[in-house]
Amino acid sequence: MRYFPLVGFLLLFALPTLALQPEERLTDSILEARARTISREIRCLVCQNQSIDDSDADLARDLRRIIRERLTAGDTDAAVKDFLVMRYGDFVLLRPPFRLSTLVLWLIPFAVLICGGISFWAMSRRTINAPVSLTPEEKLRLEILTKDHP
Amino acid sequence: MITEIGHFTLILAFVVAVAQSGLGFVGAAKHHNGVITSSAMAAITQFILLIGAFSILMRAYIVSDFSVINVFANSHTAKPLLYKIAGVWGNHEGSMLLWVVILGLFGAAVAVFGKSLPSPLKSRVIAIHGALGALFLVFILIASNPFLRQSPAPENGQDLNPLLQDPGLAFHPPLLYLGYVGLSTTFAFALAALIDGKVDAAWARWVRPWTLAAWICLTAGIALGSWWAYYELGWGGFWFWDPVENASLMPWLAATALLHSAIVAEKRDALKGWTVLLALLAFSFSLLGTFLVRSGVLTSVHAFATDPTRGIFILGILLIVIGGAFGFYAVRAPSLRGGGLFAPISREGALVLNNLLISVLALTVLVGTLYPLFIDALSAAKISVGPPYFLSVTLPLAAPLIILMGLGPLMPWKRADLAGVAGRLKFAGLVTVAVALGLGLFMRLPLLPILGFVFATWLASAVVTDLIQRSHRPGHGVGATLLKAMTLPRATWGMALAHGGLAICLAGISGAGLQTEILTRLAPGQEFLLDGRRLVFDGVTSVAGPNYTAQRGQFRWIDSAGKIKGLLTPEKRQYPVAKTATTEAAIRSDALGDTYVVLGEPDSTGAWSIRAYRNPLAPWIWGGALIMAAGGLLSLSDRRWRIGAPRKVPTLAPAKTG
Amino acid sequence: MRWLYFIPVVIFLSVVGIAGYFLLSGENPQVLPSTLIDQPIPATDLALLDDPSRLTATSLAIGKITLVNFFASWCLPCRAEHPQLMSLSKQKDLSLTGIAWKDKPEDARSFLQDLGNPFGRVALDISGRTGIDWGVYGVPETFIIDAMGKIRYRHVGPIMPQDMDRIQSVLSKLQP
Repeated sequence: MRYFPLVGFLLLFALPTLALQPEERLTDSILEARARTISREIRCLVCQNQSIDDSDADLARDLRRIIRERLTAGDTDAAVKDFLVMRYGDFVLLRPPFRLSTLVLWLIPFAVLICGGISFWAMSRRTINAPVSLTPEEKLRLEILTKDHP
Repeated sequence: MITEIGHFTLILAFVVAVAQSGLGFVGAAKHHNGVITSSAMAAITQFILLIGAFSILMRAYIVSDFSVINVFANSHTAKPLLYKIAGVWGNHEGSMLLWVVILGLFGAAVAVFGKSLPSPLKSRVIAIHGALGALFLVFILIASNPFLRQSPAPENGQDLNPLLQDPGLAFHPPLLYLGYVGLSTTFAFALAALIDGKVDAAWARWVRPWTLAAWICLTAGIALGSWWAYYELGWGGFWFWDPVENASLMPWLAATALLHSAIVAEKRDALKGWTVLLALLAFSFSLLGTFLVRSGVLTSVHAFATDPTRGIFILGILLIVIGGAFGFYAVRAPSLRGGGLFAPISREGALVLNNLLISVLALTVLVGTLYPLFIDALSAAKISVGPPYFLSVTLPLAAPLIILMGLGPLMPWKRADLAGVAGRLKFAGLVTVAVALGLGLFMRLPLLPILGFVFATWLASAVVTDLIQRSHRPGHGVGATLLKAMTLPRATWGMALAHGGLAICLAGISGAGLQTEILTRLAPGQEFLLDGRRLVFDGVTSVAGPNYTAQRGQFRWIDSAGKIKGLLTPEKRQYPVAKTATTEAAIRSDALGDTYVVLGEPDSTGAWSIRAYRNPLAPWIWGGALIMAAGGLLSLSDRRWRIGAPRKVPTLAPAKTG
Repeated sequence: MRWLYFIPVVIFLSVVGIAGYFLLSGENPQVLPSTLIDQPIPATDLALLDDPSRLTATSLAIGKITLVNFFASWCLPCRAEHPQLMSLSKQKDLSLTGIAWKDKPEDARSFLQDLGNPFGRVALDISGRTGIDWGVYGVPETFIIDAMGKIRYRHVGPIMPQDMDRIQSVLSKLQP
């Protein structure tokens, strides 16, 4: 229940404004395409896991507008993202930045793949070179088997 | 009164579950058939009791008994019957009950259908099911009781979230849970084998049908959920790498890897450690998913109303079950020495590589999902790990996997000649290259969709090549080949359908990358062109539904001759009781894609903003997934599963003299 | 090679540890930390309600601890925190400034007339742009600014009675 005020505060923004409206778009189609691409990588802060491009929230619309303003003012894509990160932190980026703290995140898949590949290679060398001979026990079993099933 | 009976039934089920567990373990240890039989009886009894409890809850929903708090919080008299029923599992307590019901179902299924299993194994599997059931029933009884009452009973309820009042979403949880919870049997098999200290070819053969059954349901459940998101959430997206979606993908990946790994374990007595680990992992991922949805540690569209106390309780269950299982694994697994020999380039080798790639894929999804939590705990920094990350990391892993999927089935066991395999696939290779050139040079599509289509073509042609090679005998004609193809074992066709279904699904996903979007504002009477289709806007009318009012727009699709080819009616609904609104997209599917129209907002002049999409090949995404599930079903029906384990080799008997 | 078999347990236990830490600490993982902590006040230039002068970054660094509260008349939780703001407004060493975020001036005025005005002055951020510059993502949010004009603390959501202890301890640490 202690979360109720915060949930209430956040839910206020689940009321539909609407996702991108036709009038929001820039007339310059190249800038507009950049705006869409950037928007898809910016998190809607008051939604449950959406980008501002898809979201119906008020704040999402404000951020969409800001992105278009800054692009029209001549900012690069990176500068627009930095503008938002300065105000909201890395959380606003859906693509985690490549930093020391996120090194594990970005590298772990390939690190594990390489380790796995190496061990697979090592294991296969071992099995090729393993001696293939029967223990006395196995020899006895082989006899029994071939006796029952000629 | 009846509600109290339901509550009591749950308590009874808990007691029976404990008995089931105790009897099962004791019976297996002492090889006492009577005790083992009684634990099987207990499993069946537990399931019957749980079904009873579930029916009582369902009855409360159907008759709208608002003295039951759970019904009050999630239902309303005006709700259509289908959603009254679906409302049973559309909330935390009810879905938790569904969870244990299915757990009981699989336990009872092992008791009834597990006749070919050796008694100690079967007994331990049932015992583990009982223990799991008992744990979850304790949780339900203490922290998630659906049968709590209130007095006086209110006049009416608070209604189910309108987003959930939808046929697709009504059936998504039961199907998904059949998958999630079905993996508990796989888990039980693995744990039982570790207890026994023995993982042999027979075990590998037995574990597969149960895993396959769960896998089929999980595939269908995930596909259904994705399809629901596509048509309900209004912008044509179908997978968001949301934590809870990832939580369903991880067990699916683990189960897929397991199904393949078990083949090697059965055929070559190798990869035993891996196979057992995957079996434990699959259900562990399911449990992790349960935890994520219900504890609130991660932000997700799927999260139920969160409660930290419940979260801690579930975490405790996870600690006992998964921690215990992995700990046991760490101690026992090293003694599972494998025996089989095979060259690295062979079907076994391909399956090992397959194992590796899928496992890394699952690990990647896990790391990406949990990383924000990890970083927050270590440095209080908040980052987001969203779709851009997941796509960047999973696509490079999926690519070699799909290449391998094409090669693997054509590789012989033990030792393969790569050049020979490549030779047999030269036709598939040619088709793939042709498609690549065609799409790239002639149609000039963007890179990512091209890659997707190319890989899908490779996989599909490799599947067809495999079928032809298994059916074709030199010197006989096409007719003979077709005849032989029809008599191929069901498991072969199952595999073909599963791999082929994935190729179709992949083609569908690539098609989604070619979406065309139209954003415009129209007054009634105006029209627009969507990917060559002429759509005329007729305006918006008000309509009333059973528990909502809606604005319904109408669009006529007119062909070049002026005839009406179809009608699209997107809606915006308001649900007065729940005080929320939903947008219902109008979707028209044909074999090559979807036309998708969403109604926006009116302006002061009465013109409405419209979003329209053409999603090429979208139906192939879910069609492909269904074909995969069908392939699994076909495989499952193969008699070879049910003939039973290979007869055990006679053990060392003293040599008869004389 | 036996240690390899322990990898799953180890990974699992660390996951449980982290999840448990979150659940037990009672922290709400959904609250975003401010990027402006220990930073100077961002460039601000807002009209004031019923006052011809304007609210700027300089006018906020007045040598006294200032509490800046972003609110709106349409915001339900803002009503819940009002009693706490009224009680904070009685503290002698504290100056309160309100910023009506995405609100019409007349609505903000009636809101304060109905519930009481704890603020020394009220600024109007009608477009909401200044709020975005402050990293605001919803209302109510409260910033505590030290005597030198640096932002030292942000509270997201309404200030409920149980949050007052935390606020008071921050304020007392900032006393010169």
